[in-house]
Amino acid sequence: MDSSKLYRRFRTLLIANRGEIACRVIRTARAMGLRTVAVYSEADSDAMHVALADEAVLLGPARARDSYLNVERLIEAARKTGAEAVHPGYGFLSENAEFARACLDAGLVFVGPTAGMMTAMGSKSGSKELMEKAGVPLVPGYHGEAQDEATLSKAADRIGFPVLVKASAGGGGRGMRVVRSAAELGPAIVSAKREALAAFGDDRMLIERYVDNPRHIEVQVIGDSHGNLLSLFERECTLQRRHQKVIEEAPSPTLNAAQRETVSAAARKAASAVNYVGAGTIEFVSDGKDVFFIEMNTRLQVEHPVTELITGIDLVEWQLRVAFGEALPLKQDEIRLNGHAIEARVYAENPTKNFMPSVGRISTWRLPAETGGLRIDAGYREGDIVSPYYDAMLAKTIAWAPTRDVAIDRLNRGLEESDVRGIVTNIPFLSALITHPKVRANAIDTGFIERELAVLTSAAPAPGELELCAAVAAIVNDECQAAQAKANSPWQTFGWQPVGRRQRRFAFRVGHGPEQKITLNYGSGPSTLVIGDRELAFTIAAKDGGFDLTLDGVKSSVAAVIDGHELYLRTRNGRFDLHWVDPFGGESEEHVGEDKIAAPLPGTVVAVLAEEGAKLEKGAPILTLEVMKMEQTLRAPFAGVLRSIKCKVGDIVQEGVELAVVEPSGD
Amino acid sequence: MPLHSSIDPSSSDFARNSEAMRGLVADLREKLSQVAGGGGEASRNRHTARGKMLARERVDLLVDPGTSFLELSPLAAYGLYGGDVHSASVVTGVGRISGRECVIVANDATIKGGTYYPMTVKKHLRAQDIARQNNLPCVYMVDSGGAFLPLQDEIFPDERHFGRIFYNQAQMSSQGIPQIAIVMGSCTAGGAYVPAMSDESIIVRNQGTIFLGGPPLVKAATGEVVSAEELGGADVHSRQSGVTDHYAQNDAHAIGIARRIVGTLKPSGRPNLNMHPPRDPLFAAEEIYGVVPVDGRKPFDVRDIIARIVDGSEFDEFKKLYGTTLVCGFAHIWGYPVGIIANNGILFSESSLKGAHFIELCCQRGIPLVFLQNITGFMVGKKYEAGGIARDGAKLVTAVATASVPKFTVVIGGSYGAGNYGMCGRAYSPRFLWMWPNARISVMGGEQASMVLSQVRRDNIEAKGDSWSKEEEDKFREPIRAQYESQGHPYYATARLWDDGVIDPADTRLVLGLGLSAASNAPIEPTKFGLFRM
Repeated sequence: MDSSKLYRRFRTLLIANRGEIACRVIRTARAMGLRTVAVYSEADSDAMHVALADEAVLLGPARARDSYLNVERLIEAARKTGAEAVHPGYGFLSENAEFARACLDAGLVFVGPTAGMMTAMGSKSGSKELMEKAGVPLVPGYHGEAQDEATLSKAADRIGFPVLVKASAGGGGRGMRVVRSAAELGPAIVSAKREALAAFGDDRMLIERYVDNPRHIEVQVIGDSHGNLLSLFERECTLQRRHQKVIEEAPSPTLNAAQRETVSAAARKAASAVNYVGAGTIEFVSDGKDVFFIEMNTRLQVEHPVTELITGIDLVEWQLRVAFGEALPLKQDEIRLNGHAIEARVYAENPTKNFMPSVGRISTWRLPAETGGLRIDAGYREGDIVSPYYDAMLAKTIAWAPTRDVAIDRLNRGLEESDVRGIVTNIPFLSALITHPKVRANAIDTGFIERELAVLTSAAPAPGELELCAAVAAIVNDECQAAQAKANSPWQTFGWQPVGRRQRRFAFRVGHGPEQKITLNYGSGPSTLVIGDRELAFTIAAKDGGFDLTLDGVKSSVAAVIDGHELYLRTRNGRFDLHWVDPFGGESEEHVGEDKIAAPLPGTVVAVLAEEGAKLEKGAPILTLEVMKMEQTLRAPFAGVLRSIKCKVGDIVQEGVELAVVEPSGD
Repeated sequence: MPLHSSIDPSSSDFARNSEAMRGLVADLREKLSQVAGGGGEASRNRHTARGKMLARERVDLLVDPGTSFLELSPLAAYGLYGGDVHSASVVTGVGRISGRECVIVANDATIKGGTYYPMTVKKHLRAQDIARQNNLPCVYMVDSGGAFLPLQDEIFPDERHFGRIFYNQAQMSSQGIPQIAIVMGSCTAGGAYVPAMSDESIIVRNQGTIFLGGPPLVKAATGEVVSAEELGGADVHSRQSGVTDHYAQNDAHAIGIARRIVGTLKPSGRPNLNMHPPRDPLFAAEEIYGVVPVDGRKPFDVRDIIARIVDGSEFDEFKKLYGTTLVCGFAHIWGYPVGIIANNGILFSESSLKGAHFIELCCQRGIPLVFLQNITGFMVGKKYEAGGIARDGAKLVTAVATASVPKFTVVIGGSYGAGNYGMCGRAYSPRFLWMWPNARISVMGGEQASMVLSQVRRDNIEAKGDSWSKEEEDKFREPIRAQYESQGHPYYATARLWDDGVIDPADTRLVLGLGLSAASNAPIEPTKFGLFRM
């Protein structure tokens, strides 16, 4: 096919995606002088990518297959807005050959490879065959029909131990054995065959090299329509959770220069096998020494920024230039590796609840500034809604530094200084992960997160003196800001009064934990905070997102978010969620005036619904009265124990007579 | 135009004055910290052991956190009744509750059970006057055993005695001033009408009681034996009698309810004042200490005080070259427009006329008046009497008395004789009146009084043909001087509620700002002056 038809200059680009990648593409397209068109679903009408684009087209309902996966609507959106090219981002239709073809048919430039290349690389078995022919290393294995013990044992010897014996028809780990030496092979095959026969009715086995401590290594490639193809070094994405990459870095800290060159050459070979055009990634599995081809992704990857940071290349820019039909601007030997970059994916999910996605409104979104080697690719802003319909990735925090150690430190600082509220995020988990000594030492494999999960999601520390003081400071600071925003008034003089000092008692607790008390003395003279018998001199100076808190002459920076009585604090000791106990005791108000279970009017007891000694939830029925021919059920005013019932069915009771006694439960 | 200061803070006079005033302020603070302790440690501990909060703690929690609280007359009853009825056993003041300025009256039950002494009654009535004049909602935090029975004759029957509290409640209510009572302790006999006559009342369970006759009286009258809780506790009044409207678990909870109630009140209509954004004065407030001479008889330029009180030290002086012993002019304090009238010497006919003219201007324009009082009196002597100073002084007194703009008086020095009247003394109903600790107040100076009295005596003695030696005369005069010094002292005055408190001069601007803000809750009525004799 004539590539000039496929790739040519255009002025208007439609981004067939959402979230951070749509924003990321728009940013570069804008910088290149292009008009940008966003598309969105009904759930995304206020989303960031819609706001950033010059134009935006509604595709349809929230469900992806009615919107972001709807080829027809996408093509129509391009037509409506005069878009001449489509960038698919990643995910959704980015590796869908049909979509690439539909774009071509509609006269649109598809920013990516041709449908044919996608198809060739799309099939796992087909691509492996292609790679084998091209001389790209594959995981050594035996897939033959002959199943006799001698053949299998010879194959295992050839492959090299450890090997994986698994049922050809298999799945889910059944009929699968890891065999570490020739001696173990025979019995393992027998038992695996037995299991496979029972599970699948088929006992054929295949043998593959078992990759011990597997690591995920991938190479970024990009090809143009003039036959040039470059590799842009590798990334290592070994820290994964259920095949989902969590942390990605470039270059791989595992490979040496020779190995780097080997894997890069293999990747170029792989891409050249299909004369690849566009940005792509060749994924390998590695045991730390050898790499074996797994698959090729024919799109831009989530983790492309780490490659950008070590090469200084804007991959989206290069994608677009390739789509314009330009030749790649650099030669392979002009690609330089500079420093180290590492990325963490920020998700709306709860690591302590099995990474359950968290949906809701982002009430606070404070990410650090993109300075000092930090880059943030975000798809959300404060006030945005995280909906349940799409991938829950909010942003990527990426750090670059001359060395891996410093890059990790910068990334950690960037994560530590991120305050996102309203939804649960994996930010604390990411911090714990990248500061884990084994991660720093690169003593990891793809199973690391699953194994270390307990450590990585350990409970937040209990608030100490600093946090209690910071909690008071947060409240006072908040009130002062609010007061200052109003008219300057003599009433706002921070507690002036002629007699004595002002005193304010605070109580905080974490969850259902005990109350921790702290008193603020203020008004005339310097303010102090008292915890137990400790009294600390106390000043605060407001700043963006929080304040500087000085306690007995020691200043520390605190980030704070107050939502009614819920406080979020970030101090040097970590993140804390505190509940500010209502100083007016309003929380026990449900007890007020209702703690007596008494007849509201004269009536007859028609049913007793609970037994003495029973534990009652709040609102649990206790007895029913018939009052003026109407039945009325008296209920527990609060959770507690039913101490006594002072009436029986049939009793005629007078107004106000106590009929039952409930003792509130301790908490 | 900003005022220039004629004061040199590095001069030895300044240092001497400053040191003297600091001494007085330290003494004031010392006395204030004494009364802050209420009824003493043992009494406080007994009180708090019952889960009750102290009076000032209650006020602290009631007012908006971080805001000022303008406590009034904290030294009331100072030196009276044996000297330990601190603050007259009641805390009163103006504070912000849920953003709304309110008068607060809180009994201090740690002092003689919060019983009412004569000064307690006076202070309570004064707080109600402030609420009424300034259209401020009132919150009563009741915890009192009622009248202090041994002094019942000074408390019970007269026009401005105990009964007046409830008369005021009814009158205020009829004027639409909201009143909220929190029953945190006893409300016995007449005291029962405080919650019963409030708009809404809150009672704290196992703590607040309300009854016309307490258990001892009931037993004496009818022989019925009943506990206080059964007779008039929270359950009785919230479930049966309906005397109280809200049932609270404890003090803090009750205060929270009161705050919510105040939050629902309709905002007061503020008068149309030409407000400016507040600006600090150009000079430090504490420099006031160095301005006022140690010797009260020594003159100083009152503009040096004004420069340290008003916004941006800007003062638009009126008739600067005429009647120069009275300084009049317009300024802003905390953004509020004010007309300032301040003494710079004795009042003459000209200065009286100037003052009356200036008051007319302020009333015409609806501008509040601030009097900075430091006056020995009107000029005396043949020439001045013949010149009609009584007539001109009367014009000033009439203007001051009938001006219906809010008036504020700060006694910054002497307050003697008719000068007190012309400069809006207590009898002229300023919205607030404060004294500096260096101030003196009496019908005339001790020196003059002793001279007048000794002259009368000498005349009597000499009329009888006897003689009176200089030594005898000195002996005669000495106790008079001493009496005037003690009775003219600001603590003597404040103990008797002749003022709303002795203040640190450095707080003058803030206190005036709070007063102006409080006063602006009431509309400014048009003034109808009395007859000016021409």
